[in-house]
This record gives sequence, structure tokens and C-alpha cells, in this order.
Amino acid sequence: MSAVAAPRVRRTARGRPGIGTVYRWELRKLRAQKRTYLGLGAAALVPLIFVIALLSSSGGPDDVPFGRYVKETGLAVPLVGLLFSSVWLFPLITSLVAGDIVASEDNHGTLKTILTRSTERWQIFVAKLLAALSYAFAALVIFVGIGLVLGGFFWGFDPLTSLSGTPISAGRGIALIAASALAYFIPMIAIAAIAFLLSTVTHNSAAAVVGTLILSFMMQLLAIISGLDFLRPYLLSEQFDSWQGLLRDPTDWAPIVHATWVSACYAVPAVVWALLAFLRRDVAG
Amino acid sequence: MPEHSAGEPAIQARGLVKRYGRITAVDEVDLTVSPGDVYGYLGPNGAGKTTTLRMMLGLIRPDSGTVKLFGRDPLVEGVSALDGVAGFVEAPRFYPYLTGRKNLELVAALDGDGAAARIDESLEVVELVDRARDKVGGYSHGMRQRLGLAGALLRDPRLLILDEPATGLDPGGMRDMRLLIRRLADQGITVLLSSHLMAEVEELCDRVVIISSGRVRYEGALDDLIATTAGRYELRTTDDVRAAQIATAQHGIGDVARDARGLTFAADDEHATTALSLALGEAGVGIAALVPRTATLEELFFRMTEEPAAPAPAQPALAPADVAEATEG
Repeated sequence: MSAVAAPRVRRTARGRPGIGTVYRWELRKLRAQKRTYLGLGAAALVPLIFVIALLSSSGGPDDVPFGRYVKETGLAVPLVGLLFSSVWLFPLITSLVAGDIVASEDNHGTLKTILTRSTERWQIFVAKLLAALSYAFAALVIFVGIGLVLGGFFWGFDPLTSLSGTPISAGRGIALIAASALAYFIPMIAIAAIAFLLSTVTHNSAAAVVGTLILSFMMQLLAIISGLDFLRPYLLSEQFDSWQGLLRDPTDWAPIVHATWVSACYAVPAVVWALLAFLRRDVAG
Repeated sequence: MPEHSAGEPAIQARGLVKRYGRITAVDEVDLTVSPGDVYGYLGPNGAGKTTTLRMMLGLIRPDSGTVKLFGRDPLVEGVSALDGVAGFVEAPRFYPYLTGRKNLELVAALDGDGAAARIDESLEVVELVDRARDKVGGYSHGMRQRLGLAGALLRDPRLLILDEPATGLDPGGMRDMRLLIRRLADQGITVLLSSHLMAEVEELCDRVVIISSGRVRYEGALDDLIATTAGRYELRTTDDVRAAQIATAQHGIGDVARDARGLTFAADDEHATTALSLALGEAGVGIAALVPRTATLEELFFRMTEEPAAPAPAQPALAPADVAEATEG
């Protein structure tokens, strides 16, 4: 090593980094990892594949809301995409980062590196959670945006027919699509929270991602068992359709309110549990 | 300069205990590191060294006991207890998909307070400037050790906690690491150094703690530890068996042991040694060498840390029959 004297630069004013600083670095770390682009790539590719499938077929998915309108107006394309993507796409994309973002620190052995700096454990926790949610939201925006652009390119932005049968203009339709994406994001937050919890307590990315997916599939399975109809309103998987209340006339807020508190019942305990586990864990590895 | 109470020890551990199931990894460890010390922390693998260091840095909660850094408990005061403290436990770890420089920028961002301004200097000190823009995934073990030290220096520390910093370095790197630690210590930085390298500890450290099976076997000045073995001698003669008989029977001579190289014994004072020399001469035993012998740190370390059932390095000086013969003689 150099014979130069060790640095003795004196510190000036004390300033601890805030959550914003940690959050920005979590996003930089995500951008530097190849796996980040798997989920975002899927979010971009699936609407493209859907549009190609529509173009190459004579009909459309007439048995789902807005399915009959996909070849009449591009406004319907992202809405139909949202319906299909709740089965596996967005639970997977969400858990891809949320299930890895804490466990990867164990994988790399870097938890001891970042926990011995001047940032509190809870700040790191919050920053990571925000980064995971940001990633999921970015994937959703990409999915809806590409679906809207491609739909508009091929079928234009003619008025959409609401679920109540009333026409929705292009401008209002785009605004409602944006609002629908926000409503769709509510159960995604809960999925992310569950994946984040598994990432924190299992210290294993694969276990967290797969565990979240299994949970998601189990809920979908429970939803189709006729003897368990009483459970359906409280299953997370059922909350992905709440956005449809926005496309009724008048707007039906009840499904969105219901989705919000049901999702909160999953998300809040998961986040609290994960936080306590993160704050109290021994970093032995 | 990080503020801390004047006169507070750099590290004060009292009654530290950590258990993992039925295993007590750290068992009532007390130690005090004063500001300015270069403190060696020695122990065999599994002795509890790294667990202790992790408790000091707030990575692990002790089951009982306390540890304070400049009077601050990391479990109570959080990261403010780590102000002015830096270091690493086991091998330093970084994000393999980021460059060395980016890793330092990240940890500097988590430090705040101008740490980013010290990146270039720190890279120069550890001689990683040329590789700073390469991803850490391609670094050798030694390079990661140096990057870990660079990361520690970013915090402008008053206390450095280093867990085997020379591990994985080539001889030149080890030498340079020792020189750097010495230089940092000369600047007033307190250093707690966990090491397996006895020569390194003897060269650098003023005080040591030796730990085995989670318990402290010795804590104090290194010179005092070495001095406890004063008064021992090595003896080579023309008839070691006869010499051992005579020595065992001699007043003021004790702890006689014989091995392939000759005899070793403890003498109360120089008079006892002189009397033994005369007795050997009268018995016709020629003395080839009689030299004072101080145990090395390594010998003391093994003596303190090896299990009682482990075989002794030297055979007993005399069998019971020999003792009886010597007494009658």
C-alpha cells in the first residue's frame, strides 16, 4: 500500500443521510442488476404479444369486460391486459424485486457493510420497501403505457363504452385508465409487502419469490372453490378487479374502498412483522 | 471530529454473553480498550472473536452484558454510537455488480458528512486507484480486503475495528497493511485488531486479549504477558537424563521438562541457576548451553487456548523411579 500518510480530513458539519439518499442508492443498485430488466422487459413485452395476438386473430376476448371493444378502440387494450395480468404476471413482477431486495444483502454478505455506516436500520428498511414498490409501479406504468400506445396506434382512441353502457371520451378514458392503474396498484402493494416479509425472514430470494407466487396461486384457487364463496371478498387476488368500479357510471367506489382495506389487512401486518424482524435480527453472516 | 466524552474508553465490554442454542459463543467477556491503544484480539477459530466484534458494531445483540464505544451503546444509541468508528468483520463484502468506486460512493452516501470527499484519498492509500472502475465481482480476495479498509477510512475513524485485515494478502500486502496500521495508530487512531498472525500482533499491539471457548484467558499488556515467562532456561548437556535428575532435586529449580532439544526449567533466581551449574559440574555432566528463555506469544497462546487433553509438547523430565533415585542420590 501507499507510503502516503493515511487521510486525516476532518469532518465539518454533522449531517446524517436521510431515507431519500438510501432510496436513491437502492434504485441505482436495481438499475445495475440484470434481473431488474427481466420484470420490466416482461411488462413491456406482454402487451406487445397481446396486441400481436389480436392482430393475427379475427375475434377478441369477448367474455371479459371490455374484451369486445379491443378492436374498436385502443383504450380497451390496457384494461383487458390488466384483467389477464393479475393471474401471474404482476404477482411475479412484484415479487421479483420485493422478494430479493433484502435477501440479496444476505446473498452478497453486504448487510454488515451497510448496517455499520451512519444510517439507521429502519431507514434502510423503508428505503428498500419504497424501492420495491417503485419498481412494481414502474412495471405497471410500462405495461399500461405500452398497451395504450399500441392500442391507440392500431385502433385509435375512439370513445370507450363503460360497464354501465355509457360512452367515455378519449381524454376521460385515458384519465380513467390512469386511475384504474392506481387502483390496480393497491393489491400489488400488498403482494410486495408479503414478498418483502418473506425476503426479510427467510434471507433467501428464491424462497421469497416462489413463496409469494404460491400464496397468490393459492388464493386464486380458493376463489374458484364453490364451497368457499364466503372467502372470496377477502382474498387478495380478488382485489385486482376493483378498478372496474371507476368505469361505471356513476363511479362505484365501493370495490376500491373494499380493496384498499382488504389489501391493508395483508400489507400492514406483513410490513410490521418485516420491520421488527429487520430491526432485531442478528447479522451473523 | 466525532464528539465523545473525554476520558471514555474507546471500547468497554462488560459481561458480554452470546449464546446460540446450547453453544455459548461469548462467555462473560470483559475488555477495555483505551484511546490510542493498538489492541490485539487473539483466539483460535470458533473462540468467539468475530461474535464479539459483531456485538461491538451493533450487528448482533448480546444476550447479556454491555459494550460501549466511547461511552455509547450501539443498541441504545443506534448509529450515533458508531460515530468515529469504522471497520469490518470477517471478509469485507461489497456489491459485485458495482465497481469499487461505486461501492465506496454508496457507503460514503450512507455515511454522509463529507465521506465522499475522501474516496480518492482512500483509494490511493490502499492502492486500488487503477482497479477502482472495475466491478468488485472481479476483485481478488486481497483487493476486497483493501477496499474494505478504504471503506473504513472514509469515516475518518477514531477507532478501527479490524477482523484479520491481512488475511488473503501477499507478503508485501501484509507488510504494507502492518505499516498502515502502525501509521494510523501513530496518528492517534485506536485500533482493535483481531488476528491469527502472532508476529503481526507482537509487532503492532500494546495490549492483547486472548480468548478461548468464549472466555477471556488473558487481558493486559503484551509485555506483561511475555514477562510472566521470565525465569525459564534452556539447558543442553552431555547427559540430559542425569542432568534432569540433578535439576529436579536442586533447591530453587522447578518445572523441569525434557524434550529432543534438551531440558527446560524454571529457576527462582540466578543463585539457583549457578548452584545447578556447579552441581552438574561436580556430577561430571558437561554443559553445552545454558540460556535464559522467554516464551513467545505463540507458545503462550497455545498454552492458554489448547484443551487440557491435548498432548504436551515435551515429555515429563523424570519417571517416578528416576525421581526416587535422584532423591536417594
